Amino acid sequence: MSQTASMKRITAAPEFRLLVIAVFVFGLMAVLSPDRFVSSQNLTSMAFQFPEFAILALAMTIAMTTGGIDLSVVGVANLSAVVAAIILIQVADPAMPAVQSALWLAVAIAAALCIGALAGLVNGTLVAFFGLPPILATLGSGLVFTGFAIAMTGGSAVMGFPSNVAVIGNATVLGVPVPLILFATLALILHLILTRTAFGLRVTIYGANPLAALYAAIDINRLLLKVYVIAGVFSSVAGLIIMSRANSAKADYGSSYLLLAVLIAVLGGVNPYGGYGRVIGVVLAVLSMQFLSSGLNMLQVSNFARELIWGVLLIVVMVINTNAVTILRGRFAGSAK
Amino acid sequence: MNGWLPKDLWTRNETLVAGVIVMFCVIATLSDPRFFTITTVSDLLRASIVIGILAVGAMLVLVSGGIDVSFTAIAVFAMYSSTVLALAIWPAMPWPLIFVISILFGAGLGAINGFFIAFLGLPTLIVTLGTLSVYRGFLLTFIGSQRISDLPPAMRDFSRGVLARGTTEAGNFYSIPWSALALLFAVALTWFLLKKTILGRSIFAIGGSLESARRIGINVRWTQFFVYVYVGALAGLAGIIHGSVGRMADPFSLVGLELSVIAAVVLGGARLIGGYGTLTGTLLGVALIVIVQNSLIVIGIPTTWQSVTIGLLILLGTGVPAYRAKRAAARAG
Repeated sequence: MSQTASMKRITAAPEFRLLVIAVFVFGLMAVLSPDRFVSSQNLTSMAFQFPEFAILALAMTIAMTTGGIDLSVVGVANLSAVVAAIILIQVADPAMPAVQSALWLAVAIAAALCIGALAGLVNGTLVAFFGLPPILATLGSGLVFTGFAIAMTGGSAVMGFPSNVAVIGNATVLGVPVPLILFATLALILHLILTRTAFGLRVTIYGANPLAALYAAIDINRLLLKVYVIAGVFSSVAGLIIMSRANSAKADYGSSYLLLAVLIAVLGGVNPYGGYGRVIGVVLAVLSMQFLSSGLNMLQVSNFARELIWGVLLIVVMVINTNAVTILRGRFAGSAK
Repeated sequence: MNGWLPKDLWTRNETLVAGVIVMFCVIATLSDPRFFTITTVSDLLRASIVIGILAVGAMLVLVSGGIDVSFTAIAVFAMYSSTVLALAIWPAMPWPLIFVISILFGAGLGAINGFFIAFLGLPTLIVTLGTLSVYRGFLLTFIGSQRISDLPPAMRDFSRGVLARGTTEAGNFYSIPWSALALLFAVALTWFLLKKTILGRSIFAIGGSLESARRIGINVRWTQFFVYVYVGALAGLAGIIHGSVGRMADPFSLVGLELSVIAAVVLGGARLIGGYGTLTGTLLGVALIVIVQNSLIVIGIPTTWQSVTIGLLILLGTGVPAYRAKRAAARAG
């Protein structure tokens, strides 16, 4: 019992620090640019901006919890968006009744999600059955997915959607932006999966110690398949949001989101070697990043400086986190990975 | 079997990659006889110099058991800063000096990576991911974000220098630039380092097993630190060559290439878990990636399928050995 209590104390630390960082950044920006940063207009625009890459970060989180990584998230997002876009422009017709149009939108969304699941299945198969290191499997498959998107579109953007596509990315329900609702739902689902299900426990065990998971008679291949399918479906949701917000789909949208997603996951306290990752940490990391970039934007700091600050933030958080971890490790066994 | 051939010749990645290259060349020559000419070879060689130097560095990091994604940012940072510096203080600066400055910039940035990785023990992927944004952000914010096409004259002289040039009977021009020597130099130096020095053997040992290396008395920290400094220096060299040969210091170039370079290295058989990697394999991997990027059209595959092809090659090139290893492990129980 005392062990679980001390475990709790240890695991509470990184998320608590993130909360402090998020609040600090918010406070700093609010002080530096009080009338614009805290305005409802800015808050709404932030809520529209971050869900697309935040959802990719969630996909990265579950892959990282197993000790893997998913470098194909952006490729999957774009491929599913392109497939959905192609379906939508085939049927786009302003004269179509609203019900029928909504039906086609549902078909396109379903197709995009299927592509995401299929792509995840490919990744999972490569990692589980062929034994490829996740970083290489998803690097290669990411190129293949992007490549299919390029081949399907000839490299140009697909546009000319029916007007109801804007619902996914630009509408609000009771004043809350739809992308934010989607993100909150997915974050909640992932949180419940990781903390409240046997599957989530197995994912964490496998990430912490694959051999122990094997001896605990966990079906590792099935587990990995499921993990990458979840990551793929999440990515395709992000793809749909990007498609709706850009009102077009293209094979190379959001290419900077890949590193951003990894960065957010790590910033959120997910252990890149596996075994530890909490959704609340990722959510806080996303919020800190968004506060920081919107705030800097208002202070008219260039995009490039933003990149610099993100990088510094990542390294600083890592230094703080791992030093705490090394002290802890030193107390138990000095096993370094 | 001949004594000088490795025993596992037929199961190595190098053989697989070489086979794919030969097959590609045969098909390409059959479909277009003009493919297999000195002109194509010299074009491909020129295209592979910068990627080749970067790949040699990336291979060394993989051998040491780490991964570096920041080297493209280091390369572009070193190239741009040394050009700006040269233009500011001594525009007539001779090119060897500009090169040395760029290499020093690279080594310095590499040392920052090395510090975080070797002395603070942070995961290599995360550190270099962070420094990738930091270096690029710093360069574009504080040093400049304008393309400079008015390079110091010595850099232009360098790009004009050729080892060999000529015109084929069909009237096609070909040339092998001086920068090919830089690739040769990087390969030779790294070969010497890996094969003939204790330091090189230590790098392999660390990649094979960090703990064992520590216990046999290798100074793990300084060796790791050295790896990142060396990679940074090579990136600085590659960067300045990229700038000189392209006759433009473009702060937006190179970054984004890092995963392709790592893909080339991995295709050549270097293992992500460390302890294994060869220069031959790396160069073959680079050759394959460059050929696919430049000549896919010759064998009748449209360029829009380029990424699919490279992706499939990576999956095949890493999947076959991985699957074989998995089977072997399963058989061994």
